[in-house]
Amino acid sequence: MSAIIVLLAGLGAMALGYFVYSKFIAEKIFQLDPDYRTPAHEMEDGVDYVPTNRFILWGHHFTSVAGAAPIVGPAIAVIWGWAPAFLWVILGTIFFAGVHDAGAIWASVRNKARSIGAVTGDVVGARARSLFMIVIFLVLLMVNAVFAVVIASLLVNNPSAVIPAWGAIVVALIIGQMIYRWRINLLTVSIIGVVALYALIGIGPNVPVELPASVAGLPPNSQWIILLFLYAGIASLLPVWILLQPRDYINGLQLFIGLGLVYAAVLLSNPTIVAPAYNADVPAGTPSLIPLLFVTIACGAISGFHGLVSSGTTSKQINRETDVRFVGYFGAIGEGCLALAAILATTAGLATLGEWREMYSAFGEGGVGAFVQGGATIVSNGTGLSEAIAVTLLTVMTVLFAGTTMDTGVRLQRYIMQEWGNIYNIPMLKSVPVSTVVAVGACVALAFGAGGTDGTGGMLLWPLFGTTNQLLAGLTLLVMTVIIVRLGRPMWFTLIPLAFLLTMTTFALLVQLRTFYEAGDWFLLTLDVIILVAAVLVLLECVGTLRKHFREARTAA
Amino acid sequence: MRDRDHRNRHERTLVGLDPERVRAWLRQARYVAEEFYFGRYRSTIARARRDEEDLFMLLVFSEMMGVPNPATYYTLEVQPLLLERFHEWHLRMGMERSPLDHFRCC
Repeated sequence: MSAIIVLLAGLGAMALGYFVYSKFIAEKIFQLDPDYRTPAHEMEDGVDYVPTNRFILWGHHFTSVAGAAPIVGPAIAVIWGWAPAFLWVILGTIFFAGVHDAGAIWASVRNKARSIGAVTGDVVGARARSLFMIVIFLVLLMVNAVFAVVIASLLVNNPSAVIPAWGAIVVALIIGQMIYRWRINLLTVSIIGVVALYALIGIGPNVPVELPASVAGLPPNSQWIILLFLYAGIASLLPVWILLQPRDYINGLQLFIGLGLVYAAVLLSNPTIVAPAYNADVPAGTPSLIPLLFVTIACGAISGFHGLVSSGTTSKQINRETDVRFVGYFGAIGEGCLALAAILATTAGLATLGEWREMYSAFGEGGVGAFVQGGATIVSNGTGLSEAIAVTLLTVMTVLFAGTTMDTGVRLQRYIMQEWGNIYNIPMLKSVPVSTVVAVGACVALAFGAGGTDGTGGMLLWPLFGTTNQLLAGLTLLVMTVIIVRLGRPMWFTLIPLAFLLTMTTFALLVQLRTFYEAGDWFLLTLDVIILVAAVLVLLECVGTLRKHFREARTAA
Repeated sequence: MRDRDHRNRHERTLVGLDPERVRAWLRQARYVAEEFYFGRYRSTIARARRDEEDLFMLLVFSEMMGVPNPATYYTLEVQPLLLERFHEWHLRMGMERSPLDHFRCC
């Protein structure tokens, strides 16, 4: 199968989704009103509430939601063949993610641009709001742990990327100083930054860095994990303008350059997809496609994390309510494009089916490693870059995405810790150093407990992360459904995705529970049970709330 | 005069680069880049700056609130300059009225 055909089919379907389905949702279900005074105008303060050009807002929204997750998920899920992953990414983006992301912005815009957690408190109830907070905490915990494992294994397998990946931090620090202290023109700074980063990538293969085989009995993967969290902890304490802001900026540029490069290389070299469309011969121990596919790919098909970005920041800057469709739905499509690139790289980037099978020798194997390997082959065939540089380039891109997510994740987790310190009156937890240590400690414990220490079992955590992320999306969809029911509009377009997600996540949790039990993995079993409890609570909350509203609607009729 | 300007510009356009257009394009690119860089963190940074200014305010008025401050002699000079911000500040600090007897506000 030619990769170009799959690429064009995917892009075509998503374009159709944007022009037809999102138009229908925007006009008939959300009934977006160009004359509605959005919070950006109503409460304009030049700081939080700023009416923003929709293209710029889309840029912010897209770069905030896109990270390493839409690469890692599909890169693992192609083990069932390329077609299931492709279909779930495309259909998920069109019918789930787009509606979810745009809906979260819309719900927030119609509620004074408050965060979706706060809107949940108003629309559903205080209990649902606490549940929201717990699920967010679990998502952050897992995303930090799993990304540390991902980065560690990437750095161990590709020593050429060590210098550029850490050098990017130095570049970001200098950019921050150039802009705020030396007041150099931003365009000049951008060019210097990008040139410096790519120069480092060029140097990388010549100066590979490997950690010693054992320090205090810890293998290189564990050493990287500890170093990464040490870094993330310190980075989360720095003022945002010093590191996080310039780092996000470089990442944004990198995202567009990287995505453009992979797509251009596919179009130029037209690789053949060597992986089977449906893999009937999966390695032993691979869980069944249903339900695991739907939690392995969360970001790229539907992700609850987007709801947080949509409602916390994006909704405060929406200029006209009709922009919600472009910013939210098209943001989801951008993420779908990234997931599609990951599918193509992992299935068309390897030379033969045998090589592909060797890469995907067990569930959780392959993954980002396959993305880097396959993507590098495609990029080097398409653009003529040397293979070593292409490998470094893609590794650095993935490490930067995952690293920035960790920076932000640890920071957010610290805020949650401090808030809990306030709510439950634990003075210790209110202090910044203590809450940071607790947050980082929890993530390190999870990364080590999940078997990420020697770089083998760490990815077992991935489906659990996806599950929690879907639960978050479920809660947001519930809020939207309740709002839509109250307005007396058809609810099926949010209710069906909601029901589908909750069924699949609960099913997946039960399947994994059995796997962990049989493997005797008590640590992950406990984590699974905690998430299962959260899932059941979400389910009960959904049923209870919707029944109440149906009854009210019926008595009113 | 105007005619010559027009001709000049016309000649330069023939080479392919109209400086006006290039300048407008650069302005646009700069605007987009700046929005992209600053937009996302506008509120975080504004809040951090406000926190710092609040601390400064506290230092300036500390002696009046009974906190000894060796720099009072010098900070006295800035007090009139901070008058405009004083109202917002005491509201933010959770005091409905001016906390200082001899420094009336609202």
